[in-house]
Amino acid sequence: MTTAGEHKSGGMIQDLVVYVCILVLAAIQFVIATQNTDGTRIFFPMLIVAIVEAGLALLFFMHLWSEKRSFMWAAVIVTVFVLLAMQYGWTDSFRLYHGVQWAK
Amino acid sequence: MSQADLTMGGHASVVAGQPPFSVPSKKMAMWLFIIADTATFAGCLVAYGFLRNATPNWPRPFHSITNVAVMTFILITSSLTMLLGVRAAQAARKAAALRWVFITAALGVVFALLHIREWLALIDEGMNMLHNPWGTGLFGATFFSITGLHLTHVTAGVIALIVVGIRYNTGRYKADDLEILGLYWHFVDLVWMFVVPMIYLLNLSH
Repeated sequence: MTTAGEHKSGGMIQDLVVYVCILVLAAIQFVIATQNTDGTRIFFPMLIVAIVEAGLALLFFMHLWSEKRSFMWAAVIVTVFVLLAMQYGWTDSFRLYHGVQWAK
Repeated sequence: MSQADLTMGGHASVVAGQPPFSVPSKKMAMWLFIIADTATFAGCLVAYGFLRNATPNWPRPFHSITNVAVMTFILITSSLTMLLGVRAAQAARKAAALRWVFITAALGVVFALLHIREWLALIDEGMNMLHNPWGTGLFGATFFSITGLHLTHVTAGVIALIVVGIRYNTGRYKADDLEILGLYWHFVDLVWMFVVPMIYLLNLSH
């Protein structure tokens, strides 16, 4: 018996290509971090690289790309919604940093 | 075929529990766990980011990237070996599958040992959950809780790899079970991709 993932996912060459891509992206993160000292400047580039890395792992290592499209979208949309909803409190974080009082 | 037959057929497939996403139930359970666990890790990392952003004297205790780079390489490589194990199992190459699964477990053990060594070095420098010599004590609490949660996942994964590997060898588990365990292992790798930049690389001392 074969699974859906087995039918549609690529072979070992694809696994190796994705593996090398993830290693290269990880190396890029390390290069960015060692060449810059300003945390606010390097945060977003490193976050974008991490999202691309995670996307590759999710789609090809975890074979989400070869699952039924409706399943892939259901998983992605639910997860992304939850992750975005968590970004609710950042303004308060900046308020604390600048020592600003609550608005009256 | 009459309209009534079509209706009955469609109804019967729903009653029989035809999976709407064509995903086997065990795999669906693992995906639901992964989605929930994503929220757990994201909650921890967002809370960490909130505190780091709001705290002026946040410590930057990491002098070198060597250890974390080696740990990252090991974990990403273990994902590849897991994939190779699953592919071997799907091709009914039992011995090769078992070998790759145990190599994956061994890489997990090496990762955990490097992590513990790093923890001990930081503890030796005076860091604990409440205090550290470099700045706010919040750093130790967040560092140990996030990396500890990840280390717990790695440890659980290593145990699961050994147990499922042995049971696959005895015929109790099939290739599909290895594939489902692989999902978990890749997820642990995926989480590390966010832990590294946020916890380590943003806190390098230059």
